[in-house]
Amino acid sequence: MVLREKVFEFFKKKETVLGGGGAKAVEKQISMGKLTARDRITKLVDTGSFHEYDMFVEHKCQDFGMSGKQLPGDGVITGTGTISGHPVCLYAQDFTVAGGSLGYMHAKKITKIMDHAMKLGVPIIGINDSGGARIQEGVNSLAGYGEIFYRNTLASGVIPQISVILGPCAGGAVYSPALTDFVFVVQNTSKMFITGPEVIKTVLGEEISMEELGGAKIHTEVTGNAHFFAESEEECFSQIKKLFTYIPWNNRKKADPFSPKPPKLQYDIEKIIPESPKLPYDIREVIKAVADDSDFFEIHERWAANLVVGFARIRGETVGIVANQPLVLAGVLDVDSSDKAARFIRFCDAFSIPLITLVDLPGYLPGIDQEYAGVIRHGAKVLYSYSEASVPKITVILRKAYGGGYIAMCSRHLGADFVFAWPTAEIAVMGPEGAANIIFKKEIESSKDPNETRKAKVKEYTDKFANPYIAAANGYVDAIIPPRETRDALIHAISVSAQKVDERPMKKHGIPPF
Amino acid sequence: MSEEFKDLHVDGTDYRTTLNRKFDMRVPRPKLKDPRIIHAFIPGLIKEVYVKEGEEIYRGDKLLVLEAMKMENQILSAVDGIVKKIHVETGKVVVKNELLIELE
Repeated sequence: MVLREKVFEFFKKKETVLGGGGAKAVEKQISMGKLTARDRITKLVDTGSFHEYDMFVEHKCQDFGMSGKQLPGDGVITGTGTISGHPVCLYAQDFTVAGGSLGYMHAKKITKIMDHAMKLGVPIIGINDSGGARIQEGVNSLAGYGEIFYRNTLASGVIPQISVILGPCAGGAVYSPALTDFVFVVQNTSKMFITGPEVIKTVLGEEISMEELGGAKIHTEVTGNAHFFAESEEECFSQIKKLFTYIPWNNRKKADPFSPKPPKLQYDIEKIIPESPKLPYDIREVIKAVADDSDFFEIHERWAANLVVGFARIRGETVGIVANQPLVLAGVLDVDSSDKAARFIRFCDAFSIPLITLVDLPGYLPGIDQEYAGVIRHGAKVLYSYSEASVPKITVILRKAYGGGYIAMCSRHLGADFVFAWPTAEIAVMGPEGAANIIFKKEIESSKDPNETRKAKVKEYTDKFANPYIAAANGYVDAIIPPRETRDALIHAISVSAQKVDERPMKKHGIPPF
Repeated sequence: MSEEFKDLHVDGTDYRTTLNRKFDMRVPRPKLKDPRIIHAFIPGLIKEVYVKEGEEIYRGDKLLVLEAMKMENQILSAVDGIVKKIHVETGKVVVKNELLIELE
């Protein structure tokens, strides 16, 4: 009888915690178009796989009327579960409990599950929905944030870290997501900023809504703080599940291989590229023409769209693809696209994902704003991350590879293992027009018909230099291949470099130009 | 993505392409400020004005105190000159970028 009573008592206690902040708060959460923390976890992990930890953790705060106040689970749910059979650790802040505010024990639960993820070597997913620091707990709440950031940094490059922003995430709280590998946001739900609209109004007298300041669109299109945009929480969860199919659990494993599938027939690689190198096309068509099942999982799709990054599979193996996008800003490198490329390259390198680079760019974006924004320092990140990467590096030059852009896009000189070029490749210091104008300046200016002379000289330069043969003659390009053979060349390169070893000088760590 | 194609000029060549939102949001060349025209860099309260119109001042002289966010900001002159016009007085609440003092 005693056992039954005790078990009954336990279930009663458990029920209180499962109720979160109570029916009223839950109703309010739902009326805002948000799922509850518990529902979010249930929808994200495999059915029945979630095991909760620290359900009965309580805060210790005695100040400002907090003593005796019950906060179920201290406002955060933590535990382990599986996604498509793969174990993950996760936590979800519960906005119905004291606004999901972060107190010390709340943070302790998070750091405990993070430590667990590190020991188990499994990814960590954090679902953020919190009003911020629990002010009553003072510096202890700040301590909590700091300890999370510290663990985010230690875990970086060891286990994949994913942040899902499903509510407000403001002030110091934004820095945990900022330190993680992939940030997911949802339209009308996610809000991220350091100082909110109120402070901005007080200090600067400028009015701006939360959505305009730090909504999902802003972070996926303008700031690049978030990687994935979704219209709904459900769509967001399916994006996370898809991401998990491409990445390994930790840095000692490789991503799961899939059964190989040919690209779909509708993507004809020889029909994508226009005749003139000045005309655009969608580089994603080329990616789909070489990827298994024409499946390309794009990251940072809306931000710095002049460069495309994402995952695909080549004969069943995950690869990371970095490609210039002639459709947007002619595919130039600039401040944002450099940051985007560098971050992605480092993720792939940390998690043993081979890199494929598709090159077609006229150079860097000209402009005072770019120079003032530090395009030198940002552009250097691309050189740094490509040079540093020791995973197999395969480059295909499709059309233009001019100047510094040629070097930056994983050229032989930065340690590419394979450099292929299409016969349409133009590897040169700059485009024929610019080059002819400089080299033949005097001749053009002093001629009777400068326009005709310029045309003739541009043609002369084009015929002589706008091709892949000079680079091939120097061994900078390994092979010139017709577009149709690209997929086979990639399959070959990846299979022969499976055992690649690239020893680097011993050091504590490098100093990338952050 | 907007499907409106435009030309982007890079190294002597025009490339047909689309432009993105951030490219459209570029700020043109930031202008260097004239050190003789002094604006409020932050909204706040004029705590004190140290100079009078017509007064000769030197670089580093205190002009006024602008209190904002609980900080008393001493506004100093960056140049030698004469106070041409004072647009505020002690106790005035100013908004960001409001004209405070002109020197010549």
